Amino acid sequence: MTEHHEPTSFAFDAESNASIEKIVARYPAGKQASAVIPLLYIVQRQMKRMTDSGWVPRVGMDAVAARLSMAPIRVYEVATFYFMFNTKPIGRFHLQVCGTTPCWLRGSDAVLKACKDAGGLKGYGDTSADGNFTLSEVECMGGCVNAPILCVDDDYYEDLDYESTVKLIEALKRGERPTPGSVIGRQTSAPVGGPITLLDVAGE
Amino acid sequence: MALSDKDRIFTNLYGVQHWGLAAARKRGNWDGTKDIILKGRDWIIEEVKNSGLRGRGGAGFPTGMKWSFMPKQASERPHYLVVNADESEPGTCKDRDILRHDPHTLIEGCLIAGVAMGAHAGYIYVRGEYYNEHVVLQAAIDEARDAGLLGPNACGTGFDFELYVHRGAGAYICGEETALIESLEGKKGMPRLKPPFPAAVGLYGCPSTVNNVETIAVVPTILRRGAAWFAGFGRPRNSGTKIFCLQGHVNKPCNVEEEMSMPLKELIERHAGGVRGGWDNLLAVIPGGSSTPMLPKSICDDVLMDFDALRDHKTGLGTAGVIVMDKSTDLIKAIARLSKFYKHESCGQCTPCREGMGWVGRMMDRMVEGRADVAEIDVLEQVTRQIEGHTICALADGGVWPVQGLIRHFRPMMEERIAAYKARSAGTAPVALAAE
Repeated sequence: MTEHHEPTSFAFDAESNASIEKIVARYPAGKQASAVIPLLYIVQRQMKRMTDSGWVPRVGMDAVAARLSMAPIRVYEVATFYFMFNTKPIGRFHLQVCGTTPCWLRGSDAVLKACKDAGGLKGYGDTSADGNFTLSEVECMGGCVNAPILCVDDDYYEDLDYESTVKLIEALKRGERPTPGSVIGRQTSAPVGGPITLLDVAGE
Repeated sequence: MALSDKDRIFTNLYGVQHWGLAAARKRGNWDGTKDIILKGRDWIIEEVKNSGLRGRGGAGFPTGMKWSFMPKQASERPHYLVVNADESEPGTCKDRDILRHDPHTLIEGCLIAGVAMGAHAGYIYVRGEYYNEHVVLQAAIDEARDAGLLGPNACGTGFDFELYVHRGAGAYICGEETALIESLEGKKGMPRLKPPFPAAVGLYGCPSTVNNVETIAVVPTILRRGAAWFAGFGRPRNSGTKIFCLQGHVNKPCNVEEEMSMPLKELIERHAGGVRGGWDNLLAVIPGGSSTPMLPKSICDDVLMDFDALRDHKTGLGTAGVIVMDKSTDLIKAIARLSKFYKHESCGQCTPCREGMGWVGRMMDRMVEGRADVAEIDVLEQVTRQIEGHTICALADGGVWPVQGLIRHFRPMMEERIAAYKARSAGTAPVALAAE
């Protein structure tokens, strides 16, 4: 694990505080610990707003513990158990390659290679020298009929191959954000060429 | 035999229409919901039982029976409905389409299920990666509440019902119902010992029922069209329609809602454009998500896609994530990657799983190379038997079944790999025969 700088303080900003109020209200009185995962996401998003890197520093976990009247260790446990909290800084874009069997069968190795080549990344866990990209391997993303998939931050890009992945990463570098979903123009999870069922349904 | 559009429940599966309430109503959602609810919980549970609906999340437990386990009398402890939208079984992406394209089927189902189990609050636990899907679902819930379909006096029935979305954060284990409850309570997702079952002691120590998204979402249509309608599809004890996720080496991967008990071959050829290179190019199929043991082509030729037919072949319908592998596939590597998945996702609570998933993964990596002794195939098989059934939850079972399936049907392929490695390395150091 590489060294990184841990900030010495963290305070929820106005935007975070507004969200927290709504989130805590979802759970019964006295059960506010249920909000620990949502609040860790709030920390991660606020860090993204403040530093352009979405991660959860120790002091952020402490702030969650204080807000939810939990022992800090209970929050640390959660923050490190779940895969989606970054406990050290990451690049501007988080490239998450699904490498599980359904994506692997459809060519996730090519997606990985494209990420390395176009993003200037050595491999999983690496952050590019320009701070643009962090590369992670993730387990099945649940979009298997549109495999292979690359998730950029919160957005799924689907039906990729080497060329289209390179194109996507080049666009991100230019500050563009291509529309998520199938890169070959499929109607979501329908077969290539368009739906062959649900052609005769009520509705709009 | 194939399902016609008029009998499909998820008429916006592909998101061709809008997910919102206005469009959903035109599709028939929220039609007569109040009348259904006013028929009462006993009628609802009886009708769900008669429909033959079995859980769509993998285990296939009869839904009506599960609901009937909830205490009949209200006590000081509230009841909870918990919906499992932690869809994480490799090969499964059906609930995603319900959440993002047909959320009102689920929301209406939650209200009805809430009535049936006396729950005035429901939590939908959505996997963390489905960020955009959870945004749509939340918006659809807000819409339903604004329209008076949820909240106090939901749908004008006098029944109060609130529905909340809760996002997980990337842990397959939280798809196990008691781990999900732990996670929802703000803890690490580590499964609980059962009994007590959630219907007695679940979320916050209160009676709870955890159901899969698809299970809940089909209920309103079943109650509108009648149990007999739903039970009319599929073979007895395998009733209904089902969303299948057809993927891997097929020409046109897709999700599709079909009748249960359709032959696997027909399903693939009718909906997914057939196996890449033709049916004879098929090597094996994982029929129901990664945990279900694979089937060789000879069985795929005529097997039916339902709970019982697949169980007869020592596999399962699981989540109906159909992973097709043609003759170009390195099957050993495909399963080794699944072993890596289960190692990554083990919560670490039980020793056979925590240590076993890693051990099996390392063995499988050697099997991929062939750097092993033929006798070690038996060692591997025996160890999987010792892991199976010796843990709190079924993650480890699901982790070893794919390996067992590989050995059961493709042992000669593994032996060949070992022989090839031996031939390549003849004269060099012999393969160490060891547990690792």
